[in-house]
Amino acid sequence: MWSRFAPPVGMDRRHFLSHMAGASALLGSSMSLGHSLRVHADTLKKNHKSCILLWMGGGPSSMDIWDLKPGTDNGGPFKAISTSGDMQICEHMPLMAKQMHHMSIVRSMSTREADHNRGRYYMHTGYVPDANVDYPSYGAVMAHELASQRPELQIPPFVSIGGASEGPGFLGMSWAPLGVSSNGRIRNLEMKLENDRLTQRRIALELIENSFIAQNRGAVLEDHRKVQGKTFDLMTSTQMKAFDVEKEPEETKERYGKNNFGQGCLLARRLVEAGVPFAEVDLGGWDNHQGIFRILENDRLPVLDKAMSALVEDLSQRGLLEDTCIVWMGEFARTPRINADAGRDHWAKAWSVVVGGGKFKGGNAVGATNADGTEVEGEPYSSEDLMASVCHALGISLETTFTSRNGRPMKIANSGKVIKGLFG
Amino acid sequence: MKAFEYNNEANHAYLLSLMGVPHTHLPPSFPIMARIIQNTWFQPAAAEARIGNSSLKRGTCRIFARTLRGTSMRCARTIFFGIAVVGSLFFTPNFAIAADDKPVAKKDLKRATLPVQVAKIDASMQASWEDNKIKPSPVEDEVKWCRRLFLDLIGRIPSYDEFADFAKDKSPDKKFSLVNRLLNDDRYTEEYANHWSSVWTNILIGRNGGMENRSLTNREGMQKYLRDSFAQNKPYNEMVIELVTATGSTKPGTEGFNGATNFLAMKVNEENGTQATAAVSRIFLGLQVQCTQCHNHPFNQWKQQKFWEFNAFFRQSRALRRYVSGSVNRDIDHAEIVNEDFAGEGRRPEQAEIYYQLRNGLTKVAYPAFVDGTEIGKSGYVSQVNRRNELGKLMMESPFLDKSIVNRMWAHFLGYGFTKPIDDLGPHNPTTQPELFDELSSDFRAASYDLKQLIVWITMSKPYQLSSKITKDNASDEPSLGESPKFSHFYTRQMNAEQLFQSLAVATQANRKGNLEEQQKKREDWMRQFVVAFGTDEGDETTTFNGSIPQSLMLFNGDLIREAISTESGTWLHAMTQVKGPIADKVQYLYIAGLGRKAKPEEVNVAQQLLAARKNDVGGMLQDMWWAILNSNEFIFNH
Repeated sequence: MWSRFAPPVGMDRRHFLSHMAGASALLGSSMSLGHSLRVHADTLKKNHKSCILLWMGGGPSSMDIWDLKPGTDNGGPFKAISTSGDMQICEHMPLMAKQMHHMSIVRSMSTREADHNRGRYYMHTGYVPDANVDYPSYGAVMAHELASQRPELQIPPFVSIGGASEGPGFLGMSWAPLGVSSNGRIRNLEMKLENDRLTQRRIALELIENSFIAQNRGAVLEDHRKVQGKTFDLMTSTQMKAFDVEKEPEETKERYGKNNFGQGCLLARRLVEAGVPFAEVDLGGWDNHQGIFRILENDRLPVLDKAMSALVEDLSQRGLLEDTCIVWMGEFARTPRINADAGRDHWAKAWSVVVGGGKFKGGNAVGATNADGTEVEGEPYSSEDLMASVCHALGISLETTFTSRNGRPMKIANSGKVIKGLFG
Repeated sequence: MKAFEYNNEANHAYLLSLMGVPHTHLPPSFPIMARIIQNTWFQPAAAEARIGNSSLKRGTCRIFARTLRGTSMRCARTIFFGIAVVGSLFFTPNFAIAADDKPVAKKDLKRATLPVQVAKIDASMQASWEDNKIKPSPVEDEVKWCRRLFLDLIGRIPSYDEFADFAKDKSPDKKFSLVNRLLNDDRYTEEYANHWSSVWTNILIGRNGGMENRSLTNREGMQKYLRDSFAQNKPYNEMVIELVTATGSTKPGTEGFNGATNFLAMKVNEENGTQATAAVSRIFLGLQVQCTQCHNHPFNQWKQQKFWEFNAFFRQSRALRRYVSGSVNRDIDHAEIVNEDFAGEGRRPEQAEIYYQLRNGLTKVAYPAFVDGTEIGKSGYVSQVNRRNELGKLMMESPFLDKSIVNRMWAHFLGYGFTKPIDDLGPHNPTTQPELFDELSSDFRAASYDLKQLIVWITMSKPYQLSSKITKDNASDEPSLGESPKFSHFYTRQMNAEQLFQSLAVATQANRKGNLEEQQKKREDWMRQFVVAFGTDEGDETTTFNGSIPQSLMLFNGDLIREAISTESGTWLHAMTQVKGPIADKVQYLYIAGLGRKAKPEEVNVAQQLLAARKNDVGGMLQDMWWAILNSNEFIFNH
């Protein structure tokens, strides 16, 4: 029986065993950890790619950042400047302008969801909200695909920094994001208890847990056990030092910007270095119904410019960019028409997102909007297409099919088509 | 030596004399504890009361039985006294003991009559199960049902003695009695009101409402209003009208305080009251209109025009900031909601209109009109037309008012509503069992919007009695997989953070300090760790108390749990260590208090092993076991 009982990595169970020998017969059911199994089963070619999603909560005005229309009624006051890539961007993004040879802009996103919750869900999953099926988000999908090839990874494969992200949907709570603040601190991480006692408590816990699961009261109970397994891993793993963003040199912290988003991007880089397949960094405050230009110029764009450019450059200098995709997007963008409060409202019909790294070729803009920014010219792209492109850039097969628990097969990225202009 | 006669006829006075201690030295609940031992636990009738699959006679009564059997009288006295003292710490003083020891079954019992709505629900469910060729799960074990009812109805698990009280009740109407007790007994009024106040605070202002910098919402004021309303069982329609039309101050203790104002305090000023528009229509009418603010929605019959007509009802309303006196930074003390004359965007108060823009840039005009098209006077003068008051009246006539609350309450108790999501009753959204839904809704109106009646209908209905165990005959009934709910088994779901907090308070009540207000404050502070805002103007938020790793970490290591498993002097675990007696009995106590069932032999066995690992430190072992219980799925799920 004991052979089926795998203690968490890093724990010494001998001490406990000496006391617990008599209990072995009770502990027939195996614990939920499967590290050793995964290590030996792993014969696949390893995919070491990762993805960092920069999530712009509230809906950023992409026509004031990536697709300017200077001189038109809708254009606003910002000027366009040339970049190291084959496109122009906003004058208030001077540092990013030097990194645009790594990045591509998709200027012809066209979606229909202009409500925050619906838009956030759609852009995160590739599906419009459906009362009957809860779809997994980017982080859950990509972590699910990539983590299985990283048996050595003990920290959760999907980390959400400074924001909530979206949930794991039908993949189950064990693929839910681990939410951390941008300083990398995780609440309640320490038990302040000797490891063998933790193992002992866990045995008592597993007895209740397993017999209750056996009563067939719903799949959520199995998820609960899996999440606990991951939590034990996390508490005892030396890999957790990846979260220690405070240890970075002062100049690196300065380079990313000493604010939540800057430090969050730096943390994302550390996580990617540690093998985490998916990190999402949240920057909110883009829901600018009023006084948009002042907010963008003085507040949001300087923060974004500094952190995003540092991230791209840093990954590139460390040779990590070809294995790391960066995706910049929000739930939608903002109306080309400037409203009476000098703000812009919600607009999903024609807008831009930015991608780079991984297999993305970078340095170009794909698609275009018309002169006043209200319509897409040429082929419009959807959330599904963007998600399919990111999967492709990460080396995840678009033939991948998920089967939800009721047996319904669902193609990854909702059968979106790869945006060809993003690849060489 | 003479063995102690634990099943003799002694009354509690005899027991006291037996122990040779003056009555006054005992905790107030001691006599009750003693009577429980005498009258309940050792009586054959009570011994048959079932908890889980095992009988209570092998439960905690054995703590006493085994301890006392074969021990010397002197020793028994000491031990018995110890147990009773410790036990009385756990037992609330008002524990009801039947004065009559005769088996209840012999009494002439009249079955209580259930409301007709229960039969309506049952018939509709039965027909639906037959149509769908599924069979309902068996009826759940009564004690598990009792745990479920406490969680849903007053927001916490039952205490040890509440479990025991219910288990020993032999009346065929025990379930109905329990529902009525939780609803109507004075002992539960405060908890009932607090629970529903926290449920509705989250609905009306979110978990983050009032926590933001410079917020106009006073969370305490909101809670106070709701607590008072639920404590007096205010009819639901009255509550709605008060929330929608409220004027006055948000903060308790200020002049003109009206806690109901907190619902709209942060929703009327910004963006011309569009938040008020969306919240009032969604929460009270089940109509999702936020998308139609900017355009006609493709999936929703609501048009942009309707959004702005509804919005026009809120345009006389403003939340005025009242500052802390003498504050240099103009810190906000509270807000006051007032109705002011509205000149209209065309500056013609006698016909105060508003403008909105179509997608193509054309401007259109809107006047207040209800969702069914009913118009009211166009004047912006409050003295001529008080627009929110008019809105309140129109809402009272709307069948959506009835449906939205029935749907919400149904989902509260049964996990899913008649629609998914519950606050979208638009024609585009399919409805489960529409006839039953309509009938319950109109019955609720006919019952004068008495929420307690609605609670009885639902909690006494067949679907609420069913086990959460899924059988081969109803495995297809799994709404989380996209099927519409058939309610053929109870849907297992996680407690929310508030329920966890309150449940721990009951299970370890000796550990908690402070009065109700301090407790409430502590809970609010603790809750904040789970709230994540999405950073939109609409104040969207989510919770990490959702079964993910942060929740797991909190339950493993958080302060609340550390406090709950503390063995310091004064805690309940410490008290337990002070009692001599078999380890197994103490373990049983933990399992009943936490899970409402006895420990299985293998669980007791692990406890024995843990005791050895702890080098016979009973406190350490109890701490480990209690930690395991609190972290288990069986504890954190409502099932």
